[in-house]
Amino acid sequence: MSRTLVVVGHGMVGHRLVEAVRAEDTGGTWRVVVLAEEARPAYDRVALSSYVDSWDAASLVLPNADYVGDDAVELRLGDPVTAVDTDRKVVTTASGHRQPYDALVLATGSRPFVPPVPGHDLPGCFVYRTIEDLDGIRAAAEHAAAVRGRAAGMVVGGGLLGLEAAKALRDLGLSPHVVELAPRLLPLQVDEGGGSLLRRLVSALDVTVHTGTGTERIDRDGERLLARLGNGTELDVDLVVFSAGVRPRDELARAAGLAVAERGGVLVDDACRASAPDVYAVGECAAVEGRCYGLIAPGYAMAEVVAARLLDRPATFPGADMSTKLKLLGVDVASFGDAHGTTEGALEVVVNDAVAGTYKKLVVSDNARTLLGGVLVGDASDYNLLRPLVGRTLPGEPGAILAPAGGADSAGGGVGVEALPDDAQICSCNAVTKGAITGAVRDEGCDSVPALKSCTGAGTGCGSCVPMLGKLLDLCGVEQSTAVCEHFPRSRAELFEIVRATRISTFSELIARYGSGSGCAVCKPAVASILATLGNGHILDGEQATLQDTNDRFLANLQRNGTYSVVPRIPGGEITPDKLMVIAQVAKDFGLYTKITGGQRIDLFGATVDQLPRIWRRLVDAGMESGHAYGKALRTVKSCVGSTWCRYGVQDSVGLAIELELRYRGLRSPHKIKAGVSGCARECAEARGKDFGVIATEKGWNLYVGGNGGAMPRHAQLLVSDVDKETLVRTIDRFLMFYVRTADRLQRTAPWIEELDGGLDHLRAVIVDDSLGICADLDEAMARHVAGYTDEWRGVLEDPDKLTRFASFVNAPGTPDPTISFRVEREQKVPVTLGMPEVVRR
Amino acid sequence: MTAVAEHAARRSWVPVCAVSDLVTGGGVAALLPDDAQAAVFRTVAGEVFALSNVDPFCGAAVLSRGILGDTGGVEFVASPMLKQRFDLRTGECLDAEGVRVPAYPVRVVGDVVQVGVP
Ligand code: SRM
Ligand SMILES: Cc1cc2nc3c(=O)[nH]c(=O)nc-3n(C[C@H](O)[C@H](O)[C@H](O)COP(=O)(O)OP(=O)(O)OC[C@H]3O[C@@H](n4cnc5c(N)ncnc54)[C@H](O)[C@@H]3O)c2cc1C
Ligand code: SF4
Ligand code: FES
Repeated sequence: MSRTLVVVGHGMVGHRLVEAVRAEDTGGTWRVVVLAEEARPAYDRVALSSYVDSWDAASLVLPNADYVGDDAVELRLGDPVTAVDTDRKVVTTASGHRQPYDALVLATGSRPFVPPVPGHDLPGCFVYRTIEDLDGIRAAAEHAAAVRGRAAGMVVGGGLLGLEAAKALRDLGLSPHVVELAPRLLPLQVDEGGGSLLRRLVSALDVTVHTGTGTERIDRDGERLLARLGNGTELDVDLVVFSAGVRPRDELARAAGLAVAERGGVLVDDACRASAPDVYAVGECAAVEGRCYGLIAPGYAMAEVVAARLLDRPATFPGADMSTKLKLLGVDVASFGDAHGTTEGALEVVVNDAVAGTYKKLVVSDNARTLLGGVLVGDASDYNLLRPLVGRTLPGEPGAILAPAGGADSAGGGVGVEALPDDAQICSCNAVTKGAITGAVRDEGCDSVPALKSCTGAGTGCGSCVPMLGKLLDLCGVEQSTAVCEHFPRSRAELFEIVRATRISTFSELIARYGSGSGCAVCKPAVASILATLGNGHILDGEQATLQDTNDRFLANLQRNGTYSVVPRIPGGEITPDKLMVIAQVAKDFGLYTKITGGQRIDLFGATVDQLPRIWRRLVDAGMESGHAYGKALRTVKSCVGSTWCRYGVQDSVGLAIELELRYRGLRSPHKIKAGVSGCARECAEARGKDFGVIATEKGWNLYVGGNGGAMPRHAQLLVSDVDKETLVRTIDRFLMFYVRTADRLQRTAPWIEELDGGLDHLRAVIVDDSLGICADLDEAMARHVAGYTDEWRGVLEDPDKLTRFASFVNAPGTPDPTISFRVEREQKVPVTLGMPEVVRR
Repeated sequence: MTAVAEHAARRSWVPVCAVSDLVTGGGVAALLPDDAQAAVFRTVAGEVFALSNVDPFCGAAVLSRGILGDTGGVEFVASPMLKQRFDLRTGECLDAEGVRVPAYPVRVVGDVVQVGVP
């Protein structure tokens, strides 16, 4: 007979506990009953702020948190436990359900602390802990924006969560104020020097910071709230978010007579055992040997300890590393070890670079040899290397280690990954040491970052250690091939530079001089794209035609039955009724299936090769041109209707989208490029899902880069804000040209930026601050592209030689392909799916 | 040469086009009797090959629109649909064991390209 394990609370830690028990309980010892207060299964609370990006709760789902298909787990949602009887070993829920247990785990987390200021419970006051909290904040923000235009919000608390909340408010289009009682932001993580830089960086992002003052009272003033601060300031805001710390939810334990810690929390020993038999506590509600932990990693460690104990294996809580590295409002902040230098005799070495906007402090032992901790603000790229060194001998002078990058070691400063001892943790998310990684390289033949990920698990969490994995591979002498394919031992970026420098204009010459063999379906289109970017005439000129994928070769998109689709360019999605009528007439005359695409234009499907020129003749005559739906090139610049019509619009998004689409049309690139322009922060054009996205502000435009839909969706990140149109266009010019030159084959901008050494900051340095001195060159290349643009389809129609390629059969040019047939579905023709032919097997 | 001659006796040769109609480094489609289709390729080195035009994985007649290449000395065409590669000489698929498309004999008589059909 199996025994019953009751888990109270289904947060991230409760879920991890269930997972751990289920993974290891091969003998079926435990039946698990989870009693949860929230109405949805555990979700990724750590990533709660990202909910603001999509407002899609599905993005926070934790894998298998509903235990569907696992009969040993019963999950009862929306029915909180109200009492625990440790004598009878039974708990009672709000609905009156009585649940006996053999073992009980409290995983009730914590609740936000709301300081008891008068007015703290007025409508318009929120906390920041659950999906529902954020939904409430959103509704209030939208209501305020609708009645007030630019609304304002106040965040009480300038810690990690407070700054996250401020960012959420900003993303919601509010002007945030942050009020912090301590003299600086992030008082627990950073010291004074780091705090003042942080304040400067955050203020530059439109967040008003009030430090060293409390909130005295909040009053309702019509639709708004009036907050009076301790220093006399009055803030007129639309909503208030309290984020002033958390308190462990130990109320059940108190009522049940379990011991609690002095400052709250269910008191447990280092095996997470509470003061009654068979009762445990894990996560934020637990005070392990008197101490509560407000981070997820210690909570997970506790869950593993209890799971082991329940299965009769010894385990104790190992203590926790409270180091943190985060990006708050786009500002890197990291603190690790003894960040405040409280160790006896500790020395501090500080490099405070006001110009670069970076602050770095190392805390070292009295003989300056052992690293004790540190604080990094503005640039935290050394964090992954420094954190594992805490408690160890430094590989060099502390000052030299903090010196700005530029020396021989690319890792920045003076620490390299080679300086780390084997037991140093490289991946803190998954607790993987340097030794484990180098071991996997040597003994298990891992020869690439993906191989290391699947073999060791390193790099599969937050991803911040991925660059170190690459460096460790280098260190082990593993060459990570960047070759395009077996014919070219070079990366795409290298080939690009070769073609640019040598002015080689044909594939044959390039492969003869820099490659081997005759090429393949990988290198031919890649080289064709490079040749096209560098302006080597029409993409079907001479030999180039045979390098192209079929889509480029026929300037149309191949469909499953061998026919093609036709997509005329509709810049910004704006189109006249007359042009719509031309498209409609063409579709009717050629019997084409029509559909509005996801890219705000119209796709005509089912054209045969020989019909393509005739279709395009009609479209070109009516003033339309290729939409490059077939090319690795600029696709669309989507727009919202913008200030011309929309009552919220602050700029002409359609006008800008059209201008950008016409500017970059025809630009050949490593992968397709998509863009969007929205007329205000409501973002109806989904610009942040695009390779580059522009969002209008009252003062100008914000430019976001590196967004992606597809299988790995990414939101674009802010590159520059409130710039005028000229600056905007110049920045996009450089962004695209730099991408086109340096990205890998079939690499969209999102992974490209991620793989750039230094990421977005490096990108910004190169194209905004011209750190490599190449901006003039990039500008000139784009100017050449813009001046040299011609419509590819017109080019075909004007060249009889190219036209002859659009024949169904060389010996019967007008005869339709007999394998193609259509049927009718919803009043339009669609391909008859070719019954899967017998694959000829010998 | 003798092998070809022997087979030639048992098949008919369909003239499909002039050599100059072929695309160097690429393919063209040719209609054969009974609605069969050949993809006729001419490599950069000037050799001519013919395979069935039908991609066995999707059933569409598209192989003539694939990209030519070589791997380890074997010359192939990569289907434009899902990129599987087929040996130009044998029709054997290089990416899926045991799959092949029919390979047709081809010859050039004077300026005329002829495909042999069974
Ligand atoms: C036609 C269209 C679907 C529709 O009916 O709406 C479409 C159709 C195809 N998409 Fe798409 N995508 C279309 C909009 C999108 C969008 C939405 C958008 O652009 O706003 C996305 C997500 C945004 C993004 O790209 O980040 C999208 C993400 C993809 C991806 C994933 C790319 C990635 O980075 O992961 C692929 C696969 C690829 O390119 O490797 C893809 C590939 C394709 C291909 C080329 C697949 C193929 O090889 O046959 C489809 C053929 C296009 C054609 O015309 O025959 N399509 N595709 C849309 C054409 C838009 C246009 O006007 O040009
Ligand atoms: C916005 C935000 C950002 C964060 N960012 C980070 C970060 O970057 N890094 C990090 O390490 N940590 C972060 N944290 C903290 C982290 O989320 C918590 O440490 C972690 O979620 C704690 O997990 P838990 O399961 O112990 O508690 P919770 O996630 O709070 O779960 C407890 C659950 O128990 C339920 N419950 C309570 N009482 C009862 C009852 N009587 N009966 C039934 N159910 C009950 C609650 O409703 C809740 O669902 C963040 C937190 C927030 C809110
Ligand atoms: S994004 Fe565009 S359409 Fe949407 S509300 Fe703003 S201006 Fe209007
Ligand atoms: S440190 Fe987060 S994935 Fe490695």
